[in-house]
Amino acid sequence: MTTTTLARRSKRRSLRRFLPLYLMLVPGLAYLAVNNYLPLFGLAIAFKDINYRKGIWNSDWIGFRNFEYLFKTSDAWLITRNTLLYNAAFIVLGLALAVAIAILLSEIRNRFASRLYQSIILLPFLISIILVSYLVYAMLSMDTGFLNKSVLPVLGLDPIDWYSEPKYWPFILTAVHLWKGAGYSCIVFLAAIVGIDPEYYEAAKLDGASKWMQIRKITMPMITPVVIMLTLLGIGRIFYSDFGLFYQVPMNSGALFETTNVIDTYVFRGLMQLGDIGMSSAAGFYQSLVGFVLVLVSNYVVRTINKENALF
Amino acid sequence: MDQENKAWQWTAHLVMIVLSAACVLPFLLLFMASVTDEKAIVNDGYTLFPSAFSLGAYEYLWKQSGQIFHAYGITVLVTAVGTLASLLVTSLLAYPLSRRDLPGSQTLAFIVFFTLLFNGGLVPTYMVYTQVFHLKNTLFALLIPWLLMNGFNVLLMRTFFSTTIPSAVLESASIDGAGEFRTYWRIVLPLSLPILATIGMFQGLGYWNDWNNGLVFVTNPDLYSLQNVLNRIMSDIQFLTANNRMGTGQALAQLPGETFRMAIAVIGVVPILVAYPFFQKYFVKGMTIGAVKG
Repeated sequence: MTTTTLARRSKRRSLRRFLPLYLMLVPGLAYLAVNNYLPLFGLAIAFKDINYRKGIWNSDWIGFRNFEYLFKTSDAWLITRNTLLYNAAFIVLGLALAVAIAILLSEIRNRFASRLYQSIILLPFLISIILVSYLVYAMLSMDTGFLNKSVLPVLGLDPIDWYSEPKYWPFILTAVHLWKGAGYSCIVFLAAIVGIDPEYYEAAKLDGASKWMQIRKITMPMITPVVIMLTLLGIGRIFYSDFGLFYQVPMNSGALFETTNVIDTYVFRGLMQLGDIGMSSAAGFYQSLVGFVLVLVSNYVVRTINKENALF
Repeated sequence: MDQENKAWQWTAHLVMIVLSAACVLPFLLLFMASVTDEKAIVNDGYTLFPSAFSLGAYEYLWKQSGQIFHAYGITVLVTAVGTLASLLVTSLLAYPLSRRDLPGSQTLAFIVFFTLLFNGGLVPTYMVYTQVFHLKNTLFALLIPWLLMNGFNVLLMRTFFSTTIPSAVLESASIDGAGEFRTYWRIVLPLSLPILATIGMFQGLGYWNDWNNGLVFVTNPDLYSLQNVLNRIMSDIQFLTANNRMGTGQALAQLPGETFRMAIAVIGVVPILVAYPFFQKYFVKGMTIGAVKG
């Protein structure tokens, strides 16, 4: 009896003590509820035949019919293939380039020069993808582009109508992605390399190891855990793509969809331009679900390799 | 040995110079195009060494375009308000989560963390904001959806609070009779300037560069940010060029000229380039500031 009242009293006291802290949580949690949790209920839209007159929540349930339609189209295969292949290329090439840049930067003795290079290669990361699409347009425009007007004539080649030739876009988009992101992702590796104990290198030098040998036998193994972790994180996000890159840079050009349409652009066009909410929400649901599974699996793999690096 | 070292230095410098040039060249091209004579562009295309210079595009910009400056104003307003609101909401959530003694803080941290793993995606989020909260064509649409706060920043900040602010400091504040809000405002925030600067910078950049919310939620040109105006101009041109055969050549001619477009793009880039040296160091800090754990 007395213990319960005591416990109750202390609980009340602890509530009063912590009340201000709980109040602080309110705006942030409310935001997450609206922005992240409420939409989870909206995933149900994928199983409905949306009719604005009936309202979203009163529209008829149609089971898996949206998914049946989606997977009957050739689009489903196309957008899945594009999303996976682009992301795979981005992970492999992006990591390779970032590691290479980080190693080169760490080799440069002149501190000022190294800082300057680092600042410059970070520039593309700072601008919006809209501005990137302007820059790409300045390069590729049919009539006024730098390539068609200044580069191809020098090489004796005919101008190319870049915005209606799908076959070039896998290379263009990969190049743009690397251009924009490499400077940023090399920071992580640079930090890892700077953190390596210099004694390793001194010992290697005493043993007469060449620079190349030192990179292969010391630097690379020391940063391998970071590389593995980033690869797995990348695989966890392989079902999501950079919407801006695939929508803005090819300028939403219909002629290029074969090589530029990914899940995110498909969902967006379905919702905003075609008004095909059923198809769009089914594709979105498919992305959320497979994406979630991939995050869990890749985290599980990271966890078995190295518990420290796992997200959870 | 020395010979080898020299060779390495040279190679490294050479490669980095080439890469730096590749990063700067498109910006130069953009800038040169904006100060090129309109006719020269039509003849020679975009080039680094234009045959005729002209500041016509900037003069035109200065005289004509109320809309551009209006959009600039929207961008500045959204960036300032958004960044401050974001820092406030994020830190208000992160601070209690960093307090081990708070009952339920583990569960709450998981609620934050889960949002990083699973999300509803575009369609449900769009429906929530337009059908439930009627955010379409309001200024809030540029501030709130997706951008205001994210779980990653909350967990980053929580880790910073719990690792760098000694609990003895918080205890002594509490003994001196400071309430939790006072402690948060007077002690926790001032001690956390590095993380506030880092996250503030990323949020500011995010708001300044955002075009997605405008594209999804805004159809009223009065609410267009600079990025949305740029986006609109480009897609109009794309639309007209794609349908060129249908005799829209005239409509195309009435659009802002090539140099004018590039001039708007330049004034969109310049503020970032000017601010860059001041926030650059926080990039490196932000990437290395400590692990995020669920």
